[in-house]
Amino acid sequence: MRLNLTDVEKLPSGETSLKDDKRRGMLEKVLKDHDYQESALLEILHGAQEIYGFLDKELLTEIAGVLNIPHSQVYGVATFYSFFKLRKPGEHVVTACLGTACYVKGVEPIIAAIEKEFNLKRGGSTEDGKLSILQTRCIGACAMAPILSVDDVVIGKATKEVVIAHIKKVLGETNSETV
Amino acid sequence: MNLHTLKLKIDGIDVECTEGSTILTAAKAIGINIPTLCYLDGLTPYGGCRLCIVEVSGTSKLFPACATPVASGMEVTTQSPKLYEYRKMVLETLLAERTHICAVCVANDHCELQALANQHGIDHVSYERNWSTNKIDSTHDSLVIDPNRCILCTRCIRVCDELEGVHTLDLKFRGKNADVIMDQDEPWVKACSCTSCRKCAKVCPVGAIYVEGENIETTKIPDVAAFIVERRKRLK
Repeated sequence: MRLNLTDVEKLPSGETSLKDDKRRGMLEKVLKDHDYQESALLEILHGAQEIYGFLDKELLTEIAGVLNIPHSQVYGVATFYSFFKLRKPGEHVVTACLGTACYVKGVEPIIAAIEKEFNLKRGGSTEDGKLSILQTRCIGACAMAPILSVDDVVIGKATKEVVIAHIKKVLGETNSETV
Repeated sequence: MNLHTLKLKIDGIDVECTEGSTILTAAKAIGINIPTLCYLDGLTPYGGCRLCIVEVSGTSKLFPACATPVASGMEVTTQSPKLYEYRKMVLETLLAERTHICAVCVANDHCELQALANQHGIDHVSYERNWSTNKIDSTHDSLVIDPNRCILCTRCIRVCDELEGVHTLDLKFRGKNADVIMDQDEPWVKACSCTSCRKCAKVCPVGAIYVEGENIETTKIPDVAAFIVERRKRLK
């Protein structure tokens, strides 16, 4: 028997993440490939994030139900690993390295400056969903610390001026495209 | 039963116990008391609080007694100045981690953390305190959780999973961001899987989970876990 979790948070737009039939089929395949095994939870979460881009509560509820794992446990696992995104990431993603070297070299003030400049919180997105900022551990280029990446572009020996200018450029590009 | 009997020494006293038992249970059997906090009779050992650390001869490593199986010929020391200092440090870091103020706590005088702090002569915290300001969840009819008093011992989570069987409670995030959640981090009243059995409040060693309007002495019965395990044996 499955508990009916009535108060599953819907996406801001009101749509549900599980509506898309094509993605739904892909999720079903991932689940089937892992034989609906409880022990494959991590792999299944990986697969689900690959398909949907992020894991919202509705998706986690579905996975918990199918695998017969307590909802709180699935949520606990999904939040334990910073790799899993619980909210829809923005169109552009800034990733800040918080490894030891980057931290010592002062990545923290840069993150704070970005947060202030674009009015968003680390781990979250701007209201218009254009930009989000994530934190990560060492990306393996400590000599270039502090490091931030904007989408696929890695900025080494970053300063807040350079990073903010680059983000503005990236955001500006999309704006001019849409106009 | 085909279990081997092992011989070891705890605080210089010879002990015989069955293979697979832990240092803690072996010590308890001969009346040696090792301080514990996250450990609770009837629940799976968690080894999280590190209060039950003991010294084992032949290695400088310290072992959590609740989760370390006995081995033949082991020589265990449960009390020493070094262990006392370590335990004191553990308690002080627990006190510093969140907002533990006994004078305004519902569990004042009935708190295991407070009692252990008293036993270890802690009258102040020498670390910088991290005054947590987490939201109290009192949405449930009777149960209240105040994360600021939580020490993340996971007793509530284990009792919810292992004895009540619904696993409403779990931990989210990790490190200093970790917290106890109900279902998918819902307010307690919306956690549909909760049966309101109150076992979490009964086993909580501190004042983090309590029953609103109920005398704390009535609520706190940590022995309920061992009692249930014993009673369940009748079902088999």
